Amino acid sequence: MTEFGEGLIPDAPRPARLGKFRPAALLLTPLAAILFQVYVPLFFQYLSYLEMPLLVTVYFALMRRGPVSGLFLGAGIGLVQDSLSGQPLGMFGIVKTLVGYFAASVSLRFDVDNPLIRLVLAFFFFFFHQFFYWVLASALLGQQMRFDLQQTAISGLLNAAVALPMFHVLDKLRERG
Amino acid sequence: MEFLLHRFRNLTILVMVIVAQLLLLAYQVRNSQDVRLIRVWAVTAVTPLARLLEGLRSNTFGFLRDYLLLLDARQQNLRLKAELDRFKMENQFLKTELSTAERAQALAAFQSRMQSKTLASRIIGTGTGTNSKIVFVDRGSAAGVMRGMAVVTADGIVGKVIAAYPTASQIMLITDANFAAGVISQKNRVHGTLKGQGHSTLLVDYVQNEEKVEVGEMFFTSGDDRIFPKGLPAGVASVVRAGKNFNKEIFLTPSGFQNGLEEVLIVLEGVHQAVPDALPPQSPGVYMMPAPPPEPDAAAQPEGDRKASALQTDADRLRERYRRLGEAQGHVFGEGVPGSRPPDFNINPDAVRPPAQPAAPGPAPQTPPAKPPEAQPSRKP
Repeated sequence: MTEFGEGLIPDAPRPARLGKFRPAALLLTPLAAILFQVYVPLFFQYLSYLEMPLLVTVYFALMRRGPVSGLFLGAGIGLVQDSLSGQPLGMFGIVKTLVGYFAASVSLRFDVDNPLIRLVLAFFFFFFHQFFYWVLASALLGQQMRFDLQQTAISGLLNAAVALPMFHVLDKLRERG
Repeated sequence: MEFLLHRFRNLTILVMVIVAQLLLLAYQVRNSQDVRLIRVWAVTAVTPLARLLEGLRSNTFGFLRDYLLLLDARQQNLRLKAELDRFKMENQFLKTELSTAERAQALAAFQSRMQSKTLASRIIGTGTGTNSKIVFVDRGSAAGVMRGMAVVTADGIVGKVIAAYPTASQIMLITDANFAAGVISQKNRVHGTLKGQGHSTLLVDYVQNEEKVEVGEMFFTSGDDRIFPKGLPAGVASVVRAGKNFNKEIFLTPSGFQNGLEEVLIVLEGVHQAVPDALPPQSPGVYMMPAPPPEPDAAAQPEGDRKASALQTDADRLRERYRRLGEAQGHVFGEGVPGSRPPDFNINPDAVRPPAQPAAPGPAPQTPPAKPPEAQPSRKP
């Protein structure tokens, strides 16, 4: 393994170095992300492709490194998102629950402070989120939705590009020590 | 068991949370027959077993009834047939009644000619999700908004209210994949169902391939959906092609979003309007006269015109005109010798009477004789 690779994927599971956050940060950051998604696209239509609640879910799940807390955080954000969408409650909830769980599980094996890892994970979880949502909508709701691979990939890259500076800003919310 | 739960604690919690949300989802979602999904799942899980048990029971205990005790089967069959005939007649009567009521209602709406009562509102938010086609407006049930009301702009329809809260309402846009509305084409009056596709274009479904729809043709709401008043613009056909399953593939560009979507009108009391007639296509910078007046009635035309109007081609009409010119001037085509005077083809055959027959006895005509063809200005053909 190269020197660069050794920094990304440690051979042994990472020691439990939990990112601690204040409860207010855990509560207000997802709310701000949802408010962003509701309000900002009104003025900047092109920003509607940003899935801010998903990025917040991924960030907190990666940083807290707890699968249970990650899945509950994802479920909570997803259900709030569901309540503001026209879809039945549970669609975003289920998808974000899985995202939170898997992101937290992945964080035990990867150095999630590395920007490259963050970029790849943000892209991967955006793609996973969109694909699983499409599967659920097709299978459970019977909706004839079209899964545009190219558009999803471009949106994923865009979200991953936004995730990098956003995660850097959110790092400031972590409690020191 | 406890060991397994403890060892796979995270996975167990994940499964429990997912199952809980699946049950929540199944409780809300209804299938196409308006039955909750959880009920469908439960019935689907239970009924095979019940069917198996019932099959065993009916095969075992119903053997005597089915094969040995068929004494009254014929009478029962006749009675059921009579009942079926009675129900068919009743059904037909009710259909006729319903059709009459609908026609009367449409006629009353047409006669009223009232403008729809609308409420102006501003869009204050969008739904969550990247594919969301939901918006929020700042008027709710306190202002009289109710679920199912139509939402329009000056350019066309925009969506419908799917939830009314006290201070805000949730609007499903026409581009949402779950949206549907009845539409009618402007020129050929073809009915179809407008469906959102989750992106910027709309689909008009259930239009047979034999129907005529043109690219650029405007579609209006038909009022069949009981949400949108009839006569509101829906969009312009951008793609029209024959599709599979006997239905055309017609894609519309929605007209309601032409000037952005900031302020909308919620139709509190809708009034149907007539779909306007299609205007002929106009080229920019080219003057076009208005259409000619309709032809006079056949009864008011002279005999010759009636014959001419029954003819089909220009050649037939020209031949008929020459025949009448020849009759009016006493000329028989094909008998003139070279050098003789040809008939005047420039006079009006209706203004010239045929020359008097010298051999015909009788009183003199009361009207003055028609001006001879020579007296009129003529040009050589």
